[in-house]
Amino acid sequence: MMQAFLVDPFVVMYDAPIFFVEVFVSGLLSGVMYALVALGFVLIFKASGVFNFAQGAMVLFAALTFVGLWELGVNPWLALILSALTMIGVAFSVERIVLRPLVNQDPIIFFMATIGITYFLDGFGQTIWGSEVRPLDIGIPNEPFMDFADWSGLYINKFDVFAAVVCSVLVAVLAGFFTKTKIGRALRAVADDHQAALSVGIPLKTIWTIVWSVAGIVGLAAGILWGSKLGVQFTLALIAFKALPVLILGGFTSIPGAIIGGLIIGSGEKIAEVYWGDAFGGAIEDWFAYVVALIFLLFRPQGLFGEKIIERV
Amino acid sequence: MLHNQDKKKIICMGKKLGEVLLSVDHISLAFGGVKALTDICFSIREKEVFAIIGPNGAGKTSMLNVINGFYHPQEGEITYKGVHRKQMRSHVAAVQGIARTFQNVALFKGMSTLDNIMTGRIIHMKRNLFWQACYLGPARKEEMENREFVEKIIDFLEIQATRRTPVGRLPYGLQKRVELGRALAMEPDLLLLDEPMAGMNIEEKQDMCRFVLDVNDQFGTTIALIEHDMGVVMDISDKVVVLDYGKKLAEGTPDEVRGNQAVIDAYLGVPHN
Amino acid sequence: MIYREAGQFKTSYNSDQALLPIAQDRFFVIGLLVVAYVVIPFVANDYWLNSIFLQFFIFSLAAIGLNILTGYAGQLSLGTGGFMACGAFSAYKLATSFPDMHIIIVLFIAGLITALVGMLFGIPSLRIKGFYLAVSTLAAQFFLLWLFNRVPWFTNYSSSGVISPPPIKLIGDYYITGTQATNLTQYFFTLTLVVVMSLGARNIIRGHIGRSWMAMRDMDIAAEIIGISPLKAKLSAFAVSSFYCGIAGALWAFLYTGTVEPLAFEINQSFKILFMIIIGGLGSILGSFIGAAFIVVLPIFLNSAPAMLGLQLPGALVTHIEFMVFGVLIVFFLIVEPHGLARLWGIAKEKLRLWPFPY
Repeated sequence: MMQAFLVDPFVVMYDAPIFFVEVFVSGLLSGVMYALVALGFVLIFKASGVFNFAQGAMVLFAALTFVGLWELGVNPWLALILSALTMIGVAFSVERIVLRPLVNQDPIIFFMATIGITYFLDGFGQTIWGSEVRPLDIGIPNEPFMDFADWSGLYINKFDVFAAVVCSVLVAVLAGFFTKTKIGRALRAVADDHQAALSVGIPLKTIWTIVWSVAGIVGLAAGILWGSKLGVQFTLALIAFKALPVLILGGFTSIPGAIIGGLIIGSGEKIAEVYWGDAFGGAIEDWFAYVVALIFLLFRPQGLFGEKIIERV
Repeated sequence: MLHNQDKKKIICMGKKLGEVLLSVDHISLAFGGVKALTDICFSIREKEVFAIIGPNGAGKTSMLNVINGFYHPQEGEITYKGVHRKQMRSHVAAVQGIARTFQNVALFKGMSTLDNIMTGRIIHMKRNLFWQACYLGPARKEEMENREFVEKIIDFLEIQATRRTPVGRLPYGLQKRVELGRALAMEPDLLLLDEPMAGMNIEEKQDMCRFVLDVNDQFGTTIALIEHDMGVVMDISDKVVVLDYGKKLAEGTPDEVRGNQAVIDAYLGVPHN
Repeated sequence: MIYREAGQFKTSYNSDQALLPIAQDRFFVIGLLVVAYVVIPFVANDYWLNSIFLQFFIFSLAAIGLNILTGYAGQLSLGTGGFMACGAFSAYKLATSFPDMHIIIVLFIAGLITALVGMLFGIPSLRIKGFYLAVSTLAAQFFLLWLFNRVPWFTNYSSSGVISPPPIKLIGDYYITGTQATNLTQYFFTLTLVVVMSLGARNIIRGHIGRSWMAMRDMDIAAEIIGISPLKAKLSAFAVSSFYCGIAGALWAFLYTGTVEPLAFEINQSFKILFMIIIGGLGSILGSFIGAAFIVVLPIFLNSAPAMLGLQLPGALVTHIEFMVFGVLIVFFLIVEPHGLARLWGIAKEKLRLWPFPY
C-alpha cells in the first residue's frame, strides 16, 4: 500500500510525461478560474476587511442573470451590460442594507452576515430564474488546439487559454487600480480601520459600493467562464468553498497571491486526483485543497504573500 | 508632622528586603529595525517596590512584556526565582507567579466584576471536566472556596457594589481596580503594574497607592510598576530604574535618581546621542 | 411587578451561584419540565412527537455543542455536520460490532470518539483565529464526509450504501431504535438525555473551564497572561463541543431518520445549526433551544403558510423562499440583536421587573 502512495504515481508520471504535462497544464488553467473567484474575495477583503462568503453566490447570481436574459432573447452584449448593472445594483443594496448598519462591528459578525447574504442570493436567484442547469455557449470552443497538438503532442484546451487571458487582463487592471490611484489608497485605509477611515473623511459607503461592484463584475466574468465549462447551476456557488484554500495559500490580501494560490491549488488538485486518486478510492478533489490549506495554516498562516499579523498589547 | 523623607526611612527600616527575585541580564529587544530595548540590566529583590520610569517610548512596557513572557528578547536572559529563562510563554509565567495589569485595561468586557476576578483564580482551580459537569460535590466545594477568596479581594479593594456589573460599564478608575483585583487573585509573587494610576484624580491615586502599599505590606508581594507621576514614584518605591530610548540611564533609590543629571536631561528633553 | 426579586435574599455564596437564583425562573423551568413530561405526551399526535419534538431535541443538543465552541469559546466552526456524522457512524460501528452494548454506552463512547476527532481538527486553532479557523473546520467537514462516503469499512461493506442501525432495546421490552420503537419511548429518552446534558453543559460553563473559554473569547491575549493555557482551553472547547454534536448526530441517525447516511450531515446542516445559535443567541444555552425551535418550526410554517393563504406553490420554490427567509433573518438578527432571541427574552424579563411601570 505504501508503494501505491510513494512510488507508483511517480512511475506513471515518468512513463507518460506528455500526459503529465497535459494534466498539469489543464490543472493550471482551471486554477486560473479558481483565481478569478478568489480575486473577488481579495478585493473585498483588502478594501473592507470583510471576508465575503457570498462571493460564490454572487458568481452564481451574475451567471444566472446573464444566461436568463440571453435566453429571453436579449442580445448577448446587452445582456452582459445588464448583468453588470445588476451586480452593481446588488452591491448598492448590500452596502445599504447589510454593511452600513454593521459598521465597526467584529469581523466575525460581518462574515456571518455574508453567510446570510449567500443564502438570500441563492434563494433569490433561483426563485427568479429557476434551478435547472443551463448550458452556456459563448462561442469559444471547448476543444484543444489541434495544430499545436499535432506539432508537440500536447493537447491544450482553447477555452482554458481564453479564460487565462481574461483573468490576466482583469488582474492587470485591478492591480494597477489599487496601487496607483487615490481610490486604491482609500480602499486600503478602509480595510485597516473603519472608524479611523471615517474620521479622516473617507466616504465609507462610496468605497464599499465601488468595491462590491467590482467584485460583482469579477464574479460575473468568473460565472460566465465557469458556467460555460460546467453549465450554469447551483453548484457554481460551491466553487466559493474551493476559493478559500486558494486564499489561504496566497494570502488574503494579495492579488498576485490569489493567482498563484489558484494555480497551485488547481494543478495540485488535478495531479493528486489523476495520480493518487485510485490509491485513496477516488474523489480526493473534495478535500485535497483543504488539507493543503490546513498545512499552510499551521506553518505560514499569512500565506505566501499576505501580510504578517503582529499583535500588540 | 513628619517630613516625607523621614516617613520613608522609617518604612524602609521596618521592611526586610529578601533575596533577588528577578534579575534582568543584558536584555535586548528589537522589532524589525526598531530597537525597543538595548542591553538592560537590573534586579528586583523580594518584597521590593520597584519603579521603572522614563519618557514616553522609552521601552518601559516592552520591558514588562519581556518579563512576563509576552515578548521574547533577541538577547539576554531573565533569572526568575533562581531559574534562567530564555523564552517563556506568558501563561507559564503566570503559573509561576507573575501577574500584571495593563496600560489599556485588558479586562474581559463581557463579564462582570466578580467573574473577571474569578478568572484570576483559574490557575488555582483544578477540578476536571467530569466533576464540573456534575457541579454538586468537589467542584462546588472548590468553587465556593475560591469565591470566598475573591470576596476578600473585593472587600480589600472596596468594589462590592460593582460585583455583578459588566465591567464594560464601569468608569475607568474602577476598571483599573478590578484589573488589580484580578491580578491579586492569582496570588502572584511578582506583580507588574503598567501605569496603574494613569487617568486618575488625586483621590483615586491615593486610594491606589494605599492598595499597592497594602499588598506589598500584607501579602509580601514584590511589585514592579511603571509610573509617570513622580510624586507617587518617590513616595512609594524602594528602588527606581530609569529608561530612555531603550537604554538604562540610572538605577538607585528615588533620591539618587532624582539627582542624576542624565535623568534630568532626559526628562527636560536635552538632546543626547 | 411580577418578576421582582424583592424579598429573595441570598445568604450563602452557594445560593448566589445557583443556576436559577430567581424564584420566578425556577417556577418557569419546573413548569416547562412538567409540560414536557406530563402534558405533551398525552396531547401531541404522532407527527408532532416523532417529527417536531424529536428534531427539536436533537438540534438543541447540536446547537448547544456549537454554542459551546462558537458562542462561549469564540472559535468559529463550520464543521458541525461533519462531527455529527462522526458520532452517527461511530455509534453505528459500535452498535453493530458489540450488539449487546447498551444504547447509552454506545452513545457515550460515540461522543468520546467524536470528541477526540474534534480535538484533532481543533489543533490548528492554536495558531489561527477567526475565519481562518473556520477554514480548518470546513476541512473537517469535507474530509469527514468524504471518509464516510468512500471508506466501506464504515458502512460494514454494505453494497447498497444505505445502512440502518440495528434495533436496540432500552429497558426491558422497550425498543429505542428500529421499527418496533414507539414514538413515546423515543420522546422520553431523548427528552431526558437532553435535560441531563444541557444541565451538564450549564454546569461546565459556570465553572472555571467555562470561564476560561469566555476569557479566551473576550481577549485571548489577556487570558493567556492570567495563566490560561490556550492549548487546554481551545482543545477542551473542541472536545466538549464535538461530544455534544457527536451524540446529536448519533441520535439523528438512530432515532430520527433510522438510517446512517452522510447526506444528512452535509455542509447545509452545519449552516443550519450555525443559524440556530445566531438567531437563538450566541453564548446562551437557552438561546440554543430557542434557535433550534425556531429553525425547526420555520420550514413547516413556510410550507403551510401559502396553503393557508390560498396559494399553491411548487415544492422547489418553497425551498428557495426558505433560503431567502433564512438569509434575511440572519442579517436581521446580526444587525438588530447579535445576541439573538435569548437576549430579547432577557430584555423582556427586565421589562417585566418594572411592569406596569415604564421605568
